[in-house]
Amino acid sequence: MAEKPRLKLPSDVKKGEVIEIKTLLPHVMESGQRKDKDGQTIPRKIVNKFACEFNGKPLFSVNMEPAIAANPYMQFHAKIEESGAFKFTWTDDDGTVTTAEEKITVS
Amino acid sequence: MHQLSRRDALALGASGAALTLIGLEDRASAAAKEAADVINQFTGGKTPANGKVSIELPEIAENGNTVPLSVAVDAPMTADNYVSEVIVVADGNPNPGVATFHFSSLSGKAAASTRIRLAATQNIIVVAKTSKGEFFTNQKLVKVTIGGCGG
Repeated sequence: MAEKPRLKLPSDVKKGEVIEIKTLLPHVMESGQRKDKDGQTIPRKIVNKFACEFNGKPLFSVNMEPAIAANPYMQFHAKIEESGAFKFTWTDDDGTVTTAEEKITVS
Repeated sequence: MHQLSRRDALALGASGAALTLIGLEDRASAAAKEAADVINQFTGGKTPANGKVSIELPEIAENGNTVPLSVAVDAPMTADNYVSEVIVVADGNPNPGVATFHFSSLSGKAAASTRIRLAATQNIIVVAKTSKGEFFTNQKLVKVTIGGCGG
Protein backbone atom coordinates (compact mmCIF):
# COMPACT_ATOMS: atom_id res chain seq x y z
CA MET A 1 0.00 0.00 0.00
CA ALA A 2 1.31 3.36 -0.96
CA GLU A 3 1.95 6.01 1.64
CA LYS A 4 -0.34 8.95 2.28
CA PRO A 5 0.00 11.80 -0.23
CA ARG A 6 0.72 15.35 0.93
CA LEU A 7 -1.38 18.24 -0.36
CA LYS A 8 -1.06 21.99 0.00
CA LEU A 9 -3.78 24.33 -1.27
CA PRO A 10 -5.95 27.11 0.17
CA SER A 11 -9.39 26.25 1.60
CA ASP A 12 -11.05 29.65 1.01
CA VAL A 13 -10.72 31.68 -2.18
CA LYS A 14 -12.39 34.53 -4.05
CA LYS A 15 -14.43 33.69 -7.16
CA GLY A 16 -12.23 33.64 -10.26
CA GLU A 17 -9.00 33.40 -8.31
CA VAL A 18 -6.10 31.32 -9.69
CA ILE A 19 -4.68 29.20 -6.89
CA GLU A 20 -1.50 27.17 -6.58
CA ILE A 21 -1.74 23.48 -5.67
CA LYS A 22 1.22 21.43 -4.44
CA THR A 23 1.14 17.65 -4.20
CA LEU A 24 3.68 15.01 -3.22
CA LEU A 25 3.36 11.25 -3.04
CA PRO A 26 6.04 9.31 -1.15
CA HIS A 27 7.18 6.70 -3.71
CA VAL A 28 10.55 5.17 -4.74
CA MET A 29 10.00 5.77 -8.50
CA GLU A 30 12.34 2.86 -9.30
CA SER A 31 13.60 3.76 -12.78
CA GLY A 32 14.38 0.26 -14.11
CA GLN A 33 17.92 1.51 -14.91
CA ARG A 34 19.56 0.65 -11.61
CA LYS A 35 21.29 -2.62 -10.80
CA ASP A 36 21.46 -4.32 -7.42
CA LYS A 37 24.74 -5.53 -5.90
CA ASP A 38 24.56 -8.83 -7.85
CA GLY A 39 24.35 -6.96 -11.14
CA GLN A 40 20.64 -7.74 -11.64
CA THR A 41 18.51 -4.92 -13.01
CA ILE A 42 16.00 -3.73 -10.42
CA PRO A 43 12.62 -3.82 -12.21
CA ARG A 44 10.90 -0.53 -12.99
CA LYS A 45 8.19 0.53 -10.54
CA ILE A 46 6.96 4.08 -10.91
CA VAL A 47 3.82 6.13 -10.59
CA ASN A 48 3.12 6.74 -14.28
CA LYS A 49 0.04 8.96 -14.04
CA PHE A 50 -1.14 11.76 -11.81
CA ALA A 51 -4.53 13.40 -12.35
CA CYS A 52 -6.52 16.16 -10.70
CA GLU A 53 -10.28 16.64 -11.17
CA PHE A 54 -12.43 19.48 -9.90
CA ASN A 55 -16.13 18.70 -9.39
CA GLY A 56 -15.71 15.69 -11.68
CA LYS A 57 -14.11 17.66 -14.53
CA PRO A 58 -10.50 16.95 -15.56
CA LEU A 59 -8.34 19.92 -14.56
CA PHE A 60 -4.72 18.78 -14.84
CA SER A 61 -2.86 15.51 -15.38
CA VAL A 62 0.68 14.31 -16.01
CA ASN A 63 2.06 11.21 -17.69
CA MET A 64 5.27 10.47 -15.84
CA GLU A 65 8.36 8.66 -17.10
CA PRO A 66 11.18 7.15 -14.99
CA ALA A 67 12.93 10.55 -15.31
CA ILE A 68 10.63 11.94 -12.61
CA ALA A 69 12.49 12.01 -9.30
CA ALA A 70 11.52 9.86 -6.29
CA ASN A 71 8.56 11.13 -4.24
CA PRO A 72 6.90 12.75 -7.28
CA TYR A 73 6.16 16.40 -6.60
CA MET A 74 3.73 18.35 -8.74
CA GLN A 75 2.89 22.00 -8.50
CA PHE A 76 0.16 23.42 -10.76
CA HIS A 77 -2.69 25.92 -10.82
CA ALA A 78 -6.49 26.05 -10.86
CA LYS A 79 -8.94 28.84 -11.61
CA ILE A 80 -11.77 28.58 -9.10
CA GLU A 81 -15.23 29.80 -10.15
CA GLU A 82 -17.34 27.77 -7.68
CA SER A 83 -17.05 25.89 -4.41
CA GLY A 84 -16.32 22.22 -4.80
CA ALA A 85 -13.99 19.31 -4.30
CA PHE A 86 -10.68 18.31 -5.84
CA LYS A 87 -9.91 14.68 -6.45
CA PHE A 88 -6.28 13.65 -6.86
CA THR A 89 -5.31 10.26 -8.30
CA TRP A 90 -1.90 8.60 -8.59
CA THR A 91 -1.63 5.40 -10.69
CA ASP A 92 1.24 2.97 -10.14
CA ASP A 93 2.80 0.69 -12.82
CA ASP A 94 1.26 -2.29 -10.98
CA GLY A 95 -2.21 -0.72 -11.14
CA THR A 96 -2.32 0.48 -7.52
CA VAL A 97 -4.32 3.70 -7.29
CA THR A 98 -3.86 6.22 -4.48
CA THR A 99 -6.48 8.92 -4.12
CA ALA A 100 -6.98 12.05 -2.03
CA GLU A 101 -9.73 14.66 -1.86
CA GLU A 102 -9.81 18.25 -0.70
CA LYS A 103 -12.68 20.76 -0.51
CA ILE A 104 -12.51 24.43 -1.41
CA THR A 105 -15.00 27.21 -0.63
CA VAL A 106 -15.62 30.34 -2.68
CA SER A 107 -16.39 33.25 -0.37
CA MET B 1 60.03 -7.88 -28.36
CA HIS B 2 59.35 -4.98 -30.64
CA GLN B 3 59.87 -1.79 -28.80
CA LEU B 4 57.40 1.05 -29.41
CA SER B 5 59.10 4.22 -30.54
CA ARG B 6 57.99 7.42 -28.90
CA ARG B 7 56.28 8.40 -32.17
CA ASP B 8 54.32 5.11 -32.37
CA ALA B 9 53.20 5.42 -28.77
CA LEU B 10 51.93 8.95 -29.35
CA ALA B 11 50.08 7.91 -32.50
CA LEU B 12 48.44 5.00 -30.66
CA GLY B 13 47.42 7.24 -27.82
CA ALA B 14 45.93 9.78 -30.18
CA SER B 15 43.92 7.23 -32.17
CA GLY B 16 42.70 5.66 -28.93
CA ALA B 17 41.51 9.04 -27.73
CA ALA B 18 39.80 9.70 -31.07
CA LEU B 19 37.99 6.34 -30.88
CA THR B 20 36.74 7.08 -27.37
CA LEU B 21 35.45 10.45 -28.54
CA ILE B 22 33.63 8.89 -31.48
CA GLY B 23 32.04 6.33 -29.15
CA LEU B 24 30.78 9.04 -26.81
CA GLU B 25 29.51 11.18 -29.64
CA ASP B 26 27.61 8.25 -31.16
CA ARG B 27 25.84 7.63 -27.88
CA ALA B 28 25.01 11.30 -27.41
CA SER B 29 23.72 11.72 -30.95
CA ALA B 30 21.61 8.54 -30.66
CA ALA B 31 19.93 9.97 -27.54
CA ALA B 32 19.44 13.33 -29.28
CA LYS B 33 17.86 11.57 -32.27
CA GLU B 34 15.48 9.66 -30.00
CA ALA B 35 14.53 12.96 -28.35
CA ALA B 36 13.89 14.50 -31.77
CA ASP B 37 11.72 11.49 -32.69
CA VAL B 38 9.61 11.92 -29.55
CA ILE B 39 9.07 15.60 -30.35
CA ASN B 40 8.27 14.84 -33.98
CA GLN B 41 5.64 12.33 -32.90
CA PHE B 42 4.12 14.90 -30.52
CA THR B 43 3.90 17.67 -33.14
CA GLY B 44 2.85 15.32 -35.94
CA GLY B 45 5.84 16.44 -38.00
CA LYS B 46 5.28 20.20 -37.58
CA THR B 47 8.22 22.37 -36.57
CA PRO B 48 7.39 24.20 -33.33
CA ALA B 49 7.96 27.96 -33.19
CA ASN B 50 10.49 29.34 -30.72
CA GLY B 51 9.14 31.35 -27.82
CA LYS B 52 6.18 31.61 -25.42
CA VAL B 53 7.69 28.79 -23.33
CA SER B 54 9.82 29.57 -20.31
CA ILE B 55 11.89 26.95 -18.50
CA GLU B 56 13.34 27.29 -15.03
CA LEU B 57 16.19 24.90 -14.27
CA PRO B 58 19.46 25.28 -12.40
CA GLU B 59 22.43 26.02 -14.66
CA ILE B 60 24.46 23.43 -12.77
CA ALA B 61 22.75 20.50 -11.07
CA GLU B 62 25.03 19.01 -8.43
CA ASN B 63 22.75 16.01 -7.93
CA GLY B 64 21.09 14.62 -11.05
CA ASN B 65 18.73 12.54 -8.91
CA THR B 66 16.47 15.46 -8.17
CA VAL B 67 16.60 18.59 -10.29
CA PRO B 68 13.85 21.20 -9.84
CA LEU B 69 12.07 22.04 -13.10
CA SER B 70 9.40 24.67 -13.77
CA VAL B 71 7.74 25.23 -17.12
CA ALA B 72 5.35 28.02 -18.03
CA VAL B 73 3.65 28.90 -21.30
CA ASP B 74 2.39 32.38 -22.09
CA ALA B 75 -1.26 31.75 -23.07
CA PRO B 76 -4.69 33.22 -22.25
CA MET B 77 -6.07 29.88 -20.94
CA THR B 78 -9.67 30.65 -21.96
CA ALA B 79 -12.17 27.97 -23.03
CA ASP B 80 -11.32 28.41 -26.74
CA ASN B 81 -7.61 29.20 -26.52
CA TYR B 82 -5.52 27.32 -23.99
CA VAL B 83 -2.39 25.21 -23.78
CA SER B 84 -3.57 21.61 -23.87
CA GLU B 85 -0.32 19.64 -23.61
CA VAL B 86 3.30 20.26 -22.74
CA ILE B 87 6.01 17.62 -23.18
CA VAL B 88 9.39 17.65 -21.50
CA VAL B 89 12.20 15.76 -23.24
CA ALA B 90 15.78 15.17 -22.06
CA ASP B 91 18.25 14.53 -24.90
CA GLY B 92 20.90 12.75 -22.80
CA ASN B 93 18.90 10.39 -20.58
CA PRO B 94 18.55 6.62 -21.23
CA ASN B 95 14.93 7.37 -22.24
CA PRO B 96 14.21 10.81 -23.68
CA GLY B 97 10.67 11.18 -22.25
CA VAL B 98 10.37 12.98 -18.91
CA ALA B 99 6.75 14.03 -18.55
CA THR B 100 3.65 15.11 -20.46
CA PHE B 101 1.49 17.73 -18.75
CA HIS B 102 -2.18 18.01 -19.71
CA PHE B 103 -3.78 21.37 -18.94
CA SER B 104 -7.38 22.53 -19.33
CA SER B 105 -9.20 25.85 -19.41
CA LEU B 106 -9.79 25.27 -15.66
CA SER B 107 -6.02 25.39 -15.08
CA GLY B 108 -5.95 29.21 -15.05
CA LYS B 109 -2.23 29.16 -15.86
CA ALA B 110 -0.22 26.86 -18.12
CA ALA B 111 2.51 26.40 -15.55
CA ALA B 112 3.76 23.43 -13.56
CA SER B 113 6.75 22.43 -11.46
CA THR B 114 8.22 19.06 -10.60
CA ARG B 115 11.58 17.40 -9.88
CA ILE B 116 13.37 15.38 -12.52
CA ARG B 117 16.30 12.97 -12.94
CA LEU B 118 19.18 13.77 -15.29
CA ALA B 119 21.84 11.18 -16.18
CA ALA B 120 24.38 13.67 -17.52
CA THR B 121 24.87 17.20 -18.83
CA GLN B 122 22.21 17.68 -21.50
CA ASN B 123 19.47 19.80 -23.05
CA ILE B 124 15.95 19.86 -21.68
CA ILE B 125 13.50 20.54 -24.49
CA VAL B 126 9.93 21.66 -23.79
CA VAL B 127 7.23 21.69 -26.48
CA ALA B 128 3.76 23.12 -25.86
CA LYS B 129 0.63 22.44 -27.89
CA THR B 130 -2.32 24.85 -27.86
CA SER B 131 -6.00 24.01 -28.31
CA LYS B 132 -5.70 25.68 -31.74
CA GLY B 133 -3.04 23.18 -32.82
CA GLU B 134 -0.05 25.55 -32.60
CA PHE B 135 3.31 24.37 -31.23
CA PHE B 136 5.88 26.37 -29.28
CA THR B 137 9.24 25.28 -27.95
CA ASN B 138 12.22 26.29 -25.88
CA GLN B 139 15.24 24.47 -24.46
CA LYS B 140 17.81 24.81 -21.74
CA LEU B 141 21.19 23.22 -21.09
CA VAL B 142 21.83 21.79 -17.62
CA LYS B 143 25.31 20.82 -16.46
CA VAL B 144 25.06 17.76 -14.24
CA THR B 145 27.83 17.02 -11.74
CA ILE B 146 26.57 13.61 -10.47
CA GLY B 147 24.23 11.68 -12.77
CA GLY B 148 20.85 10.48 -11.52
CA CYS B 149 20.53 7.13 -13.27
CA GLY B 150 22.14 3.71 -13.00
CA GLY B 151 24.44 3.03 -10.04
